[in-house]
Amino acid sequence: MNLIRIENLCVNYGAKAVLHGVDLNVNAGEIVTVVGPNGSGKTSLLRAIIGATSPQKGKITLKDNLKIGYVPQRLNFDSSLPMTVERFMHLSNNINKKECFSALEKAGAPDIFKSQISQISGGQFQRVLLARAILNKPDILLLDEATQGLDQPGSALFYKHIEDVRRETNCAILMISHDLHVVMSTSDRVICLNGHVCCSGTPASVASDPEYKAMFGAGTAGTLALYQHHHDHDHDHSNKEVEPNA
Amino acid sequence: MLDDFMTRAVLAGIGVALAAAPLGCFVVWRRMAYFGEAIAHAAILGVAISLMLQISVFAGALMVALLMAWIVTLLSGKNYAMDTLLGVLAHSSLAFGLVFVSFLSGIRIDLMAYLFGDILAVSQYDLAVIWLGVILVLLLMYWRWSALLISTLNEEMAYASGLNPKRDKIILTLSLAITVAVAIKVVGVLLIIAMLIIPAASARIFARTPESMAIIAAIIGCLSAFGGLEAAYIFDTPAGPTIVCIAAISFVTFNILGFIYKSIRQ
Repeated sequence: MNLIRIENLCVNYGAKAVLHGVDLNVNAGEIVTVVGPNGSGKTSLLRAIIGATSPQKGKITLKDNLKIGYVPQRLNFDSSLPMTVERFMHLSNNINKKECFSALEKAGAPDIFKSQISQISGGQFQRVLLARAILNKPDILLLDEATQGLDQPGSALFYKHIEDVRRETNCAILMISHDLHVVMSTSDRVICLNGHVCCSGTPASVASDPEYKAMFGAGTAGTLALYQHHHDHDHDHSNKEVEPNA
Repeated sequence: MLDDFMTRAVLAGIGVALAAAPLGCFVVWRRMAYFGEAIAHAAILGVAISLMLQISVFAGALMVALLMAWIVTLLSGKNYAMDTLLGVLAHSSLAFGLVFVSFLSGIRIDLMAYLFGDILAVSQYDLAVIWLGVILVLLLMYWRWSALLISTLNEEMAYASGLNPKRDKIILTLSLAITVAVAIKVVGVLLIIAMLIIPAASARIFARTPESMAIIAAIIGCLSAFGGLEAAYIFDTPAGPTIVCIAAISFVTFNILGFIYKSIRQ
């Protein structure tokens, strides 16, 4: 069953076409990553899916009653808006205190429940955003460059956490990212976007695709291989019981 | 009780302070101060038009305020930066309003009453209109509170939660226009933004959640209205500006207290 089915999507901003002829499906429980250079229409794709941008042409079909969890890149609030982590978690969820607290605990940040959001670190902030997004038990998580501002170990940890979320809840994940090497190793499928879908498939097949290499340079593929090695290694130690994707 | 002009003035002041509190918080959070000012200045044009057509000043001010909001939305993101555009529109509408009023010969109009308010002249009818507007604004704010908070934090997050940030923004603008229209009599078009921003900004010092900021802002606003009227009575000063002065003094006091509190804790 497709959670999201996109057919021949075209999105314009003014006279400029940012997306044309994009086909994309996301199935239950899979991790799909969209990569592409700046201005390739990655964010427009997400905005079209959540209904923030209306497409010029094409069709986006969401599964009936699809519950979406959204992890934004950042929040535009300045220090004039007081907001505790606790209040933020409650914002759009009718969920009791205990559930919020255990969600934060799971996200590895239980001690910041009473902190002001403006005072927590970038890594904690991303974990709070993720914890909030999964509170409603979504069918699919959308992440818009969620690790921007985190260092490499920080984003690696974050993606590790996303894999955990998928394993525990079987929630599908569609993410946009710049962190090519980290992301690709956690994905089931990679979509390389540049106005249209240049290439797509397993991380390994996309990394060796000539279009992908032309876009990101051959060097990336090397890093990917290197990282995958580390990553596999890590899995051997800590997550022996991990099942392949359901 | 409502026969007493002082009672009516206090009730009018408290009403405007209550509506301005939650709305003022959003004006601060969403950085809409200049937008609010454009709407408020446009209201003087509305006042001039209603005097000319001999219709209700509330209705005229509300209409032109909404018209201004609509024009701003249409023109935004086209050729000029938002603050430039708002600066042009705010001050042109103020100037046109003042010129329009000067055409109204025959009746002598006390322009100062519309620019700085005339809270001591609030009639029972005015009071009814003010509170009608205040209750409407408070209901709208209560209804859309969480939705507006989410779309203030991140528009995409709001869309993903099934909300409609565009509609909520219209509701916020409508509330702003209503507040401006009913506050003309109390503090006047030039000082309305002060009643929106100063209590909210003062409340920020000790607030830990958005809700507590709105409640503290309401308390500060009400105390300013009450204290301002008292002070105006004692010192024989104009009431509207005195109310704003009390709010400004509370802003400074709260900031000093906040600073001391922080220093002690460290």
